[in-house]
This record gives sequence, C-alpha cells and structure tokens, in this order.
Amino acid sequence: MYACSKNEKAIAPEATTISFEIPANFPVPTYNFDDNKLTNAGFALGKKLFYDARLSADNSVSCGSCHQQFAAFANLDHKVSHGVNNCQGKRNAPPLFNLAWQKAFFWDGGVKNIETSPLNAITDACEMGTDIERIITSLKGTAPYPDLFKQAFGSDEITSQKILKSIAQFTAVLVSGNSKYDKVMRKENGFNFSSVELAGYNLFKEKCASCHAEPLFTDFSYRSNGLDVVSADEGRSTITGVNTDFGTFRVPTLRNIEYTGPYMHDGRFYSLDEVLEHYNSGVKAAGNLDSRLKNGVPLNASEKEQIKAFLKTLTDNEFLKNTLYNES
Amino acid sequence: MKTSQYLLALLCPIILLSSCKKSDDEITANPKSSFTIEFEHQVNGAVLALNTTTYKNAKGEDFKINVFKYYVSNIRLSKADGTAYLVPESYYLIDESKSESKFITINKVPTGDYTKIEYTIGVDYALNFAGAQTGALDPINGMFWTWNSGYIFVKLEGTSPQSTAANNALTFHIGGVIDPNNTIRTFSTEINAANPLRVRTDAKPDVHFIVNAASLFTGKTDISFSALNFTMGGANSVIVADNYTKGLFRLDHIHN
Repeated sequence: MYACSKNEKAIAPEATTISFEIPANFPVPTYNFDDNKLTNAGFALGKKLFYDARLSADNSVSCGSCHQQFAAFANLDHKVSHGVNNCQGKRNAPPLFNLAWQKAFFWDGGVKNIETSPLNAITDACEMGTDIERIITSLKGTAPYPDLFKQAFGSDEITSQKILKSIAQFTAVLVSGNSKYDKVMRKENGFNFSSVELAGYNLFKEKCASCHAEPLFTDFSYRSNGLDVVSADEGRSTITGVNTDFGTFRVPTLRNIEYTGPYMHDGRFYSLDEVLEHYNSGVKAAGNLDSRLKNGVPLNASEKEQIKAFLKTLTDNEFLKNTLYNES
Repeated sequence: MKTSQYLLALLCPIILLSSCKKSDDEITANPKSSFTIEFEHQVNGAVLALNTTTYKNAKGEDFKINVFKYYVSNIRLSKADGTAYLVPESYYLIDESKSESKFITINKVPTGDYTKIEYTIGVDYALNFAGAQTGALDPINGMFWTWNSGYIFVKLEGTSPQSTAANNALTFHIGGVIDPNNTIRTFSTEINAANPLRVRTDAKPDVHFIVNAASLFTGKTDISFSALNFTMGGANSVIVADNYTKGLFRLDHIHN
C-alpha cells in the first residue's frame, strides 16, 4: 500500500480551476464538453495518462514522448514519430492545440472525434503498439489510478470511455490564442505589428490565407501542395478511397509554427526557409496538385523575410510555457 | 404577484401533461412490457460451427468461419395502423462465440400488436462520429477502427483454400459510412398479421431470426475467394453489404 514511488502518490490538485477558454477572436468550437463534463480531477487524470508510458506496449512511449509542450506538442527534430521497438512511423507528429475546433484528426483526417483520437496512436504498431484492453488491465492494478478515476468520474471502475474522455479533457483544453497576432487582432493595449510583420501579414493574406485561413490558420481541407510528382504516401485517399484524394493531406495550422518543425506530413523540411522556398520554386506537378498552387507562390527574398516575421507573431509563449500543461 | 403565482401553479400540470402526451404520441405510453429476439446462426441452412465445419459459397468454394459478429441497432417496431416505436439506445453486438449475445431482450416496449420490425445492420452514421462510447459500442469489443474511426458493422473471418491471402485467410470487415462507400444497411421484415408480435404485460414473446453467414458472399454478386478475400471498408465492403442486405436475416417465427 505504501510502496508506490513518491511521484505516483497523488496528483497535486490544480491550484486554479481548469476551464475551457474560447479566445474572443475565435469561432464557435466543434467540441464543447457537453458530453464530457470538464473537472479538475478529470483534467488531472487525463494529463497523467497523457504523460504515462504505461500506455505503450513496452512502457517506453507516452503521448507526451512525441507531443512535447515546448514544441507546441509536436515532436522536436523528428521527421516522423518514433514509437515502440524503435519503430519509425510514416508521418510527422502534429502539434496539439486548438483541437476543439478541429473536425477531423491526423494528417489524413481518418479520426473524426477528439475523444477517439488516442486509440489510433495506442494501437498503431509503430506508435504505442498496444490495445485499450491491456491498458485497462494495467491501470486497474496500478495505484493511484483507481482512486484518480473515482475522483474524476465517481467510481473506481476503469473503462475505455473514461480513459478517452479524461484524455480529451486534457487535450481539448489546450488552447493557443495568446500570440502577438491574437493580441493585435483583439486590439489589446500596446500590441502592434512592426512594419516588417505588417508587410508579412498583408502578403500572407494575399498568398497563403486561402488555405491557412484565419484565425485558426487552416481551412480544415485536404490538399496536395506538390511535394512530389507521385506521393509516396496515399494521404487522404486511404480514408476516403477516392482517387482525387490521393496524396492530399490536412492543411495544418500555422500557429506556433516557429517551434513545430520539422514541417510537412513527412517532416522533410527542417526550416521555414525551406518551406517558403518550396512554395516559391519547388512545387511539383502532382496529379492532384491544388489548383491554387499551379504556379507555386512566387516570393522574393524580402517577401520571404516579411512572411517569416509575420509567422513568428503566431508564437504563443503563454501556451508553450503554461505550467498547467507540463508533466507534473 | 400572487395572481401570477396561482396562474403558474395552475399552468404547470397542464404543461406537464401536454408534454407527456407529446413525447409518446406515436403509441400510447402505458402499459409497457418486453420481448426477446433470438439470432440463430446458420450457413446455408446448416448450423454455424466456428473453426471446424467446412461450408461452400455460391461459387462452390470451401470455407471455414473463425469469427462471426455484427451489430444490430435502432430497432423499430410498427403496427398495422402505421404507428411506430423506435427502441431508444438500441445497440447490440451479436457474436457467435458468445452464446448469450445471441439472445437480446428489449424492455419497456409499449404493449400492442406489431406487424413490422426494422433495424440497422451496423451502427448509425452519428455514432460513427461520436466520442468515446461504452457497452456494445465500447472499442474493446474489437469492432472499432482506430485509424479511420468508425465501427465494423459485420465481421467475418475464416479460411478458404481458394484464398490467395497469407494462410488462406478470409478477412471481411464491413463498415464505413461515407459515400460512395457507405455500408449502413437497413433490414426490414413484415410480420404475418395473423400472428403479429404481441407485446403484453402478461406475455413476453420471442422473435426468432435465422442469420445466414453465407449471405455475405451471394445475393447480388457471387464472390469468389480467389478474387476477394480481404476487405476493411471501401468499395469491396459495399459489394458485401449489398449482398447481405437481403439475405443475412430471415424472420423464422414468433412465439407469442
């Protein structure tokens, strides 16, 4: 009874009441906690599960292994996710924030609900390589989990539904809406774009925003941006079975882009310079190339610097350093 | 102030009564009772036995079945006058390897004579997009796709010498709700008006369905296991769903 190690003993109750904050410049979210009442205990349990490597086959990989807070919950310096048994996945781990506004998950949009998203990573042989039943069995015998489930859901019975709902209480609360861009848009005191940032913003609206639509910086569509003539990854068509979706991927958000590299579904670009140069000169005539990219996005050197300056205004340091979200 | 309170007190029961009436418009609420459904699994008239017995498909190819399970949901009962009762929250996973799952009890059904029964083979569109579920829809039941989230509606696994897959495997996981590969199908059967489903407070009838596992492979398109032995959603799953729509279930009899 007293054998559990110190850091297992209990989760310190969060000092502040956990709440789901909708930034004033954001639209109505898709996920709203109507069927998953947000509580401090539920959030704390979800966070503990998120950072617990016992959710993987060999106890080596947690959700947090590939979703690191300092990288806006993407995976620093990893082209693709690195799972159990040293297995390399085929896609780049996406950042996790503003998920409550997202309609589908993963690069191909295969998962349709935030609550069921962890199942994909848990069962993928190259990610966590296990199954939810094994996790339930393990948690039942691991203090303090039964108590934590009781605090969160009123009973110490552990079910897949409670595991998934508590993780969603953590992941859906991850809202990033306090970047300099947001403060400028909300006309908060003292926040203005510099002249370079403003020039970048105007260029961005002209050349990028039709897909990376404000304020979430994605229109949630699936497109090919011409990385290869023939994509090595089927992308969206694995989900829909439709040929015109071959080689298309979810348009990613650009918020916190300064810290979420490497970029693209396969993490092929390590810097924003490489990304912008791709749009300037590297777009290939892929079969399903998005019509807006037929001629690429011509950008000269100073335009690239301006756009980069603007993109860095999308960095939300309050989010990246919020201690409520780190492994405690 | 006082008058309005009296008025409110007067109005309340009226509101309650009228709302009560509205929700049960289809069929008068009381009294209620229950009935059971038995799903008897067969393969072209022979008893379904997992792992051991060899059966033949419509092409004359031998096959064995190791796994046979499927969802039945949104059960709807109709009377001769056209009024209907949708059994709320009706999601059932029927699994040949779990004999108790082949008998389901439907409770709180308004009494009456029902002449038609309908249900979804699989899980309705909305629940394929919903959050984490429990009970029959719990992902631990092995009927949930994690990478393309949604339910497997019908799962048949087995072997056939004709299968070109590894270990001669047959893998038929039918599901998917998005056009053009939507596999949600509805089964509907009329009940002989001479012997309707008589739900009574003093009698609990049994409805007996014969379920033919071989219906996956014939009906609209005869399937050869050399050509189709693996499907997990997509166009080939539609071929299988179109086959079993009519042939999977047959109302055999009702014990009133």
